[in-house]
Amino acid sequence: MPKDSGIGASSKRREDVRFLTGAGNYTDDINVHGQTYVHFLRSDIAHGRIKSLDTSTAEAMPGVVKVFTGKDFEGVGGMPCGWEVTDKHGAPMQEPPHPILAQGKVRHVGDPIAAVVADSLEQARDAAEAIDVDIEELPAVIDMKAAAQDGATLVHDDLKNNVCYDWQLGETDDAKVNEVFANAAHVTTLDLVNNRLVANPMEPRVAVGEYKRGTDEYTLFTTSQNPHVIRLLMCAFVLGLPEHKVRVVAPDVGGGFGTKIFHYAEEAFCTFAAKACNRPVKWTSSRSEAFMSDAHGRDHVSKIELALDADNNFIGLRTNTFANLGAYLSTFSSSVPTWLHGTLMAGNYKTPVIQVNVKAMFTNTVPVDAYRGAGRPEATYQLERVVDKAARELGVDPIALRRQNFITQFPYDTPVALTYDTGNYNGTMDKLEAAADLAGFAARRAQSETKGKLRGLGINCYIEACGIAPSNIVGMLGARAGLYDAATVRVNATGSISVMVGAHSHGQGHETAFPQVVADMIGIDESMIEIVHGDTSKIPFGMGTYGSRSLAVCGSAMVKATEKVIDKAKKIAAHLLEASEADIELKDGQFSVAGTDKSVAWGDVTLTAYVPHNYPLEVEPGLEETAFYDPANFTFPSGAYACEVEVDPETGKVSIEAFTAADDFGNIVNPMIVDGQVHGGIGQGIGQALLENCAYDENGQLLSASFMDYAMPRADDVPFYGVDHSSQTPCTHNPLGVKGCGEAGAIGSPPAVVNAVLDALNSGGKAVDHIDMPVSPSRVWAAMNG
Amino acid sequence: MYSFEFEKPSTIADAVAALATEEAQALGGGQTLIPTLKQRLAAPSKLVSMSGIPEMHGVCVEDDGSVSIGGATSHATVAREAAGSYSALAALAGQIGDPAVRNRGTIGGSVANNDPAACYPAGVLGSGATVVTNTRQIAADDFFQGMFATSLDEGEIITSIRFPVPQAASYQKFLQPASRFALVGVYLARFAGGVRVAVTGASEDGVFRWSEAEQALNKEFRSDALTGLRVNPANMIADLHGSKEYRAHLVSVMTKRAIEACI
Repeated sequence: MPKDSGIGASSKRREDVRFLTGAGNYTDDINVHGQTYVHFLRSDIAHGRIKSLDTSTAEAMPGVVKVFTGKDFEGVGGMPCGWEVTDKHGAPMQEPPHPILAQGKVRHVGDPIAAVVADSLEQARDAAEAIDVDIEELPAVIDMKAAAQDGATLVHDDLKNNVCYDWQLGETDDAKVNEVFANAAHVTTLDLVNNRLVANPMEPRVAVGEYKRGTDEYTLFTTSQNPHVIRLLMCAFVLGLPEHKVRVVAPDVGGGFGTKIFHYAEEAFCTFAAKACNRPVKWTSSRSEAFMSDAHGRDHVSKIELALDADNNFIGLRTNTFANLGAYLSTFSSSVPTWLHGTLMAGNYKTPVIQVNVKAMFTNTVPVDAYRGAGRPEATYQLERVVDKAARELGVDPIALRRQNFITQFPYDTPVALTYDTGNYNGTMDKLEAAADLAGFAARRAQSETKGKLRGLGINCYIEACGIAPSNIVGMLGARAGLYDAATVRVNATGSISVMVGAHSHGQGHETAFPQVVADMIGIDESMIEIVHGDTSKIPFGMGTYGSRSLAVCGSAMVKATEKVIDKAKKIAAHLLEASEADIELKDGQFSVAGTDKSVAWGDVTLTAYVPHNYPLEVEPGLEETAFYDPANFTFPSGAYACEVEVDPETGKVSIEAFTAADDFGNIVNPMIVDGQVHGGIGQGIGQALLENCAYDENGQLLSASFMDYAMPRADDVPFYGVDHSSQTPCTHNPLGVKGCGEAGAIGSPPAVVNAVLDALNSGGKAVDHIDMPVSPSRVWAAMNG
Repeated sequence: MYSFEFEKPSTIADAVAALATEEAQALGGGQTLIPTLKQRLAAPSKLVSMSGIPEMHGVCVEDDGSVSIGGATSHATVAREAAGSYSALAALAGQIGDPAVRNRGTIGGSVANNDPAACYPAGVLGSGATVVTNTRQIAADDFFQGMFATSLDEGEIITSIRFPVPQAASYQKFLQPASRFALVGVYLARFAGGVRVAVTGASEDGVFRWSEAEQALNKEFRSDALTGLRVNPANMIADLHGSKEYRAHLVSVMTKRAIEACI
């Protein structure tokens, strides 16, 4: 029987009432008395030297408050990078400055050159057109392999080359790796591209900066997944402001997908300019601006080689990847192709020797950073594509080949720095085979063929490292922040509870799922609990939401704080019941004395905590506890996916006929929300596999700069999904046994789709062994007729 | 957008007068013009809305059996009201954009804009329709002059478009994955006097008639009548979504499907 409340119940998302009835409070809904508007003049040239910049005409235009250029920011810091990667020779990565407004050079289309603050947005735009800027165009650095050549044009004149770092993980002895490949019975090699994506959350980025002269206090309202991180970075590294004088508020946020993790120049600008203008400053990104200023995702070019012995056991894996970082280091960009990517190259398999090589490149493109999955999709895509290719080359069943090489003993130390605590990959594959009715595929293929369509089945496995992360480990790996989280459980006198959390909900449903946990622990109704998030003046210092970490990390802090509350409440209950604290039990919101019928209700105890007339003298009044939680390890969700496609051989059009996901997320708090997270992730993965393509031409012009050319998945591009999360191996090291589910779909689906398309083409006699994403109709047709 | 004057006349005569202002611009449903203005890519002195002129709205069947559609009629209205009188054209209208676009966008606006990937130019040219303006009647074959170019004069208004109704017709649209305009769209109409095949989305020169296919079909109206026939890829559009060769190939595929739909 499904539960109807608490942990395991599909409680309806309470936040949806306001979202769906137009009662949400998004950053663009916030208007502050006396506010001004800023318009950024952005470069339409990918790479160039600013010869002159004259703002005098603009400054005299109607409504203009002030015009800012790079000169105004010479006294403050640039945008920081939160992760220092050490290259394979032990040297720190090259870390060029990232100014708020361009200083000397522009380095990508969209790079902000100047900012006009005016009474109205139209006045700001009018004045921006009157700015006279003369830019000497330089050759654009776009192709990563060319950018790595000696003598290539430099994106940053002060760096020795365009390589941010040349990084390696796993086996360091090249000779040993070469020997494994030399002795292999079979080697499968694959060159592939992980296409650049634009996250495109429904809500574009917005920032409103406010400054109160009387108290010297700043407030920044912003579209962020992690307000405390923004406050810390902006205060400590960019503007040099005292944290206690700055409040950062991220109210309702309409989707993030990673791209709203980062600290952006526009946020620092609005905060800085609010004081400089002594008026609030508001910026709302247009969709066109979002395409050229939101951090992009993915963009890897890789070669992967898999060595197998005569029995088809994986014996070695080697990858060489060029990872595009764009023109500047975005906040966590350096960690994505390295510690979030290389560490996942073992996948679900017990390959003993693995070597991962990554060259991270500066180019004249928009900065690239984490996007749903962040590094893990890139790893999974390479690995699961090469395994599938190996199966085809060897003429073996792709599921059998995977099963044969699965890790089956846990904990398992991979050759690429992780320890998987638990998993059951065969069990999850069993669930997939049943849920996807793989036994019936041959009949479905025959049915498709009667319509002239080619049908293909693509299988994929994935593992991801979530719940980021143990602070001591990430600190050793170069993170410049801890990755714990925090929660304060404030019980009110009447028994209702406000939980202030460091996690931020921008679609995940925390306001519903988190109360289910607390309600379950105390035995009270979920409606008595409210989650407070997104405001540094209200919440404890937590690190926010990304990397499928909220429940695993912040949820664990909330459990610990709730345990402290319960412990204290038991002391009060023991006093009221004149019993020993050790004998007090809490069930269904009642404290009772074990073995008796004496009890006192939750509400009576909470009231006593705040009206402590009859009260234990050694206990402090009040009932409010805070806990910080730093995880002992990553969590390791895993899964097996099956995609069935039909390909129209005349046009190359691919349609997804079925998609089934079997995931192991450990314990699950709200199955309906988990289903929704998986649906959304698969939708974005199908978008990457079939549709989305952020493309530049050789001059650095963005070819897919609007929805006219950047194809987002629509409802009719995706099927009804089958989702099974009954394979559950609970996480061994957090109190809820949860692993995280937010990114799984985006990680696991692209290779399943591509594998399915190739299976379809091969079934039709077309010996096509790879097509780069997006697998668009034109690319499929070209591959079939190539 | 830049500031502009706005007028919403209720007669064609008033609209013509309003458009006499220098740099005045007619506004249909605004599905292209308004985004262009928002991006500051155009700066008309005045917008003259066509939406308040009653005689430019609606679908009717003329005495000669042709279907006449007012220039300010929305795609959604055509999809609904022409379904009985000219179902292939109604189906074309029902495939344009999404519901929001179909309820704002107008046939006159679309045809006057002559976007090389728009659907209506194929329907108008494929049907051999007549574009009726405030001053004259223009045959479809004379109207479309290449990408975004038409034979309309400055200030001339499309008041209606008159479609002869063929024995059979079909519009086959292959979607550009992002915009969902036609990557290639083929409108095929079979009249007693012959077959017309109009292609949109494919050519650098905008909508065009595929005369070789028409000749082949006039000899023999069968789906294999086009075997071996292909448009010249040299004139096709190449972009992110497809090469010249791919578009040329799709013209054949979509034409074949249109023939099959008419048999």
